[in-house]
Amino acid sequence: MHEMSICEGIVQVIEAQAAVQNYTRVKTVWLEIGALSGVEIEALKFCFDAVCRDTIAAGSSLHICEVPGRAWCMQCAKALAVTARYDPCPNCGSYQLQVTGGDEMKIKELEVA
Amino acid sequence: MVKIEQDILGKNDQYAAANRQRFAEQAIFTLNLVSSPGSGKTTVLTRTLQDLNGEIPLAVIEGDQQTSRDAERIRATGAPAIQINTGKGCHLDAHMVGHAVASLAPETGSVLFIENVGNLVCPAAFDLGEAHKVAILSVTEGEDKPIKYPDMFHAANLLLLNKIDLLPYLQFDVERCIDFARRVNPQIEVLQISASSGEGMQQWYQWIRSAREQCHA
Repeated sequence: MHEMSICEGIVQVIEAQAAVQNYTRVKTVWLEIGALSGVEIEALKFCFDAVCRDTIAAGSSLHICEVPGRAWCMQCAKALAVTARYDPCPNCGSYQLQVTGGDEMKIKELEVA
Repeated sequence: MVKIEQDILGKNDQYAAANRQRFAEQAIFTLNLVSSPGSGKTTVLTRTLQDLNGEIPLAVIEGDQQTSRDAERIRATGAPAIQINTGKGCHLDAHMVGHAVASLAPETGSVLFIENVGNLVCPAAFDLGEAHKVAILSVTEGEDKPIKYPDMFHAANLLLLNKIDLLPYLQFDVERCIDFARRVNPQIEVLQISASSGEGMQQWYQWIRSAREQCHA
């Protein structure tokens, strides 16, 4: 979707945390991105270098941990894996699913100097 | 190594929480209207403003990439309106809305409509502090839009299916469209309306009245 604004969000968090956690340069960034978060990972990687230029994260490498989509089927009362919001339950075919995981977009940790 | 453990859109969410608190303090009921360009959002809105004028205080924040044409259409109904131009941006964020609310200063007890940028992708992820997202889909678009753009229909609480006066001239299967919407969001409410003929508009106003009461309860 708006991978450029997402990268700007990442850099804002990193810069705000620099003062709190005492670092001046970031070498590696680890993110957790859910399969249902709407983020296109290739586009995110593409924007990341451009947005980090002239910031404390310039030249840093980006590692993304992809989190699979999880849902709860209200018909079967069972947890299951989903790859998209419109997936039916593989057991009963129902669309009455509650997404329980895989919509996160998080900065996990940084390697800093 | 330093731990961060923060949401990437955390900053937006903080601004959204501040907006939500302001809305609660002043009993402002806020709806975030989202759709693709050309669904008739502004026409739905101008008719709504005309019809509810005098009953409830109303105010509007208009989001578009460029021009203040929509805000002018809104002001012509007598409702106070402020235009946000996102420039190159594809969505409104909670920070922009916070500034707009400060300058617009809606009356206590108002219904505030935020007309988001016509885009079914990006506005889904940005909480503005609204009570509900309302998705508008017109029957001149594809009936499978809810599954083509699932995030938006998942995020919305109400779907307004607009331009239903054109149904006799189109091959649009209303039931199939509603079924697609419920696949991505089993709880979504659906109202069929036509902002030009007025059909279904009373149900939409009733939805606003009762959702507003529930919000302030």
